[in-house]
Amino acid sequence: MDKEKWEPKIAAFVCNWCTYTGADLAGTSRIKYPSNTKLIRVMCSGSVDPVFILKAFERGADGVLVSGCHPNDCHYNAGNFHARRRWDFFHKLLDFIGIEKERLQFSWISASEGKKFADVISKITKDIKSLGPFKAYKQMNSEFTVNFPEYNESSNSINKELQ
Amino acid sequence: MKIGVFICHCGENISRTVDCPKVAEVCRNFPGVEYSTNYKYMCSDPGQKLIKDAVLENKLDAIVVGSCSPHMHERTFRNAAISAGINPFLVEIANLREQCSWVHDDVEEATQKAIELVRMALEKVKRDKPLTKIKVNVTKRILVIGGGIAGIQAALDVANAGYEVILVEKEPSIGGHMSQLSETFPTLDCSQCILTPRMVEVYQHPKIKLFTYSEVVKVEGFIGNFKATIKKKARHIIDDRCSGCGLCMENCPIKKKAYNSFEENLAFRPAIYTPFPQAVPNIPVIDETICTHYKNGKCGMCVKVCDREAIDFDQEDTMFVADIGAIIVATGFKLYNIEKKSSGSIYKGYGEYGYGKYRDVIDGLQFERIASASGPTSGEIKRPSDGKVPKKIVFIQCVGSRDESKGISYCSKICCMYTAKHAMLYKHKVHDGEAYVFYMDIRAGGKMYEEFVRRAIEEDNVKYIRGRVSRIYEEKGKYIVKGEDTIAGMPVVVDADMVVLASAMIPHDNAPLLARTIGIPYDKYGFYNEAHPKLRPVESTTSGVFLAGACQSPRDIPDTVSMASAAASKAIILFSSDQLEREPVVAKVNEDICQGCFYCKKVCPFGAIEVKDIKDINGIVFKEVAYINQGVCKGCGTCTATCLSKSIELAGFNNEEIFAQIAAL
Repeated sequence: MDKEKWEPKIAAFVCNWCTYTGADLAGTSRIKYPSNTKLIRVMCSGSVDPVFILKAFERGADGVLVSGCHPNDCHYNAGNFHARRRWDFFHKLLDFIGIEKERLQFSWISASEGKKFADVISKITKDIKSLGPFKAYKQMNSEFTVNFPEYNESSNSINKELQ
Repeated sequence: MKIGVFICHCGENISRTVDCPKVAEVCRNFPGVEYSTNYKYMCSDPGQKLIKDAVLENKLDAIVVGSCSPHMHERTFRNAAISAGINPFLVEIANLREQCSWVHDDVEEATQKAIELVRMALEKVKRDKPLTKIKVNVTKRILVIGGGIAGIQAALDVANAGYEVILVEKEPSIGGHMSQLSETFPTLDCSQCILTPRMVEVYQHPKIKLFTYSEVVKVEGFIGNFKATIKKKARHIIDDRCSGCGLCMENCPIKKKAYNSFEENLAFRPAIYTPFPQAVPNIPVIDETICTHYKNGKCGMCVKVCDREAIDFDQEDTMFVADIGAIIVATGFKLYNIEKKSSGSIYKGYGEYGYGKYRDVIDGLQFERIASASGPTSGEIKRPSDGKVPKKIVFIQCVGSRDESKGISYCSKICCMYTAKHAMLYKHKVHDGEAYVFYMDIRAGGKMYEEFVRRAIEEDNVKYIRGRVSRIYEEKGKYIVKGEDTIAGMPVVVDADMVVLASAMIPHDNAPLLARTIGIPYDKYGFYNEAHPKLRPVESTTSGVFLAGACQSPRDIPDTVSMASAAASKAIILFSSDQLEREPVVAKVNEDICQGCFYCKKVCPFGAIEVKDIKDINGIVFKEVAYINQGVCKGCGTCTATCLSKSIELAGFNNEEIFAQIAAL
């Protein structure tokens, strides 16, 4: 693949209350950032299952961002604390199996931090661009098919529809 | 499933960088899409009619709208769906404005992203399930925490609207900081004179139940249906027998063992005391830590003089549980601890000012007590150390506030005004005295505030010096204040008789604890967070919990009172209907595959998860599963991510829906 033309695909799991609203604020403030990242809105960063992240990689994402409210600022009081513990562990696990740490990034972006949102998106896009396409996971994925029957079924049907 | 796609131009806001007709055209070919169009203003009446007609004509089952953020118009389009006969939760919004057209310049790039965003929404809407709003009953009783002016105002407003109020105050009397003040700016009204009638009104109001010397220890439940546990600490006085005659206090032999915290430690109080003569309720409290009876069982002087037999040494703390529908938190503030320099605290203290070392270096509230007619000096300005009238007095503003190196970056808002008031009161009482004020900036925003400060400077001849003070030390009975005049550009030394530090307002030490008890967020200082800084300033993010006064951020009395009335009106709005509707985004357990590990129960921030027994035909429990109380669940989904067997689903955001979005990236 031509590295100049290649554009990374980045999935961002963001909480409804802080980061999604922060992203809206970036828009209202007309702060520009690269268009590679697409947001998937969840209610709380605490509901981001590590499987979501793996699934995103599996479905061709070159990078994943997870972002929620700042600690102590959670709309649900404690969701982001649970998220933080989970991420910390999961991040190390990914590192251990040899996935570059920059592929998966976490941040706290509040509803009033539109600028920070744009900065974070710009940074992750730059990081992923310098890392290049995420081939390793796809290779691994073809070697060891992860079997989640109920999920595969739904994603297979999407595959078919998309083709 | 037949899906309709509606792409909005938002005037030119979206169409300037996104080729809307092209997006609609491309989307028409996606599987499941029956109808696709674009229009200039989808949220307008004709736009909504367009949606409705298209739904009816093409018999659509679900719709995707490519428009502004769902936070903006989700409700509009859901209502349009309802009017067309579609379940409102079969509507998905692709955020083409805030997260696409406004943040990208390149038309091709933005159009491509817009198509992908619509595709993601499409895949989600295909898996969306019809949901119905959940209805819950409302208990029309409110809990007000804190009996300062904020709590008093809120309680009176709600009670006057005809609803029951439970007012909880941790001190033996209501009144809060306002009752300590001598006079108030900018009118120089006597604080007690305007406050005490309100305190009495609270006490006598048939709708208000007052719990003083009490604390809220537990809050469960959710909007409309909270359950609060209140701990009433033992006063050792039987409330309804006490007439408030005060004989016990007069006769208590312990006179000088404890400082009176109401007098800001400038005076002593006996072991049996009311904080101040106008206390409401006027019922004393026995301080177990200094009372002789609790040391050796002797004394009993108060029992002897009380002819109503109101003293009960064996009284114990009692617990009350109350059903309430809403909570107003009005816990107020405390002053920055100037002397303290503990390593763990974010507040670094001002050791260089000698507060705590020199008795005549005092804080603002101490000066209030000295200036107050009911205070330890009966309103005469005297030094705490030797009782002499200070002829030269220095006021230092921003002690703590706006000083990041000392732990606080915010402005405490009231210090400029109360320092001007203090200087003025001093000049009115000590005519030949000199008053100096060291300030950083004068922030006197408010009706008649700037004029008040000008009056202090021009009429009362208070000397304002712009600059900070680096050090205060004692020399020959004087306090040498070393500072800088940044306007003149030279160092200043004042040999003062007394120094008053305008220390910052900070939240109470146990503010975070109470926040966790109730379940509301707070900032790094411990101030409670409002739901939206501009548009929802008196609501916390927890629905049914409202904020009033300085527990949210530093504010003065008029702001506090208006905030309290606002919080009260929010509660009254809530109580105006018998039932509430809430979003159906809640978690549900698939009992067939739940393994009963109950990790979900541990992580649930709201205690919504219970253990449910599954019984066989003989009524014998063979399995325990998680059960989620729909009323309590707020739909964060933390349990769904924690669940090992993936048996919990969050309605509207289930795994299938998220995976579909991931797949469509």
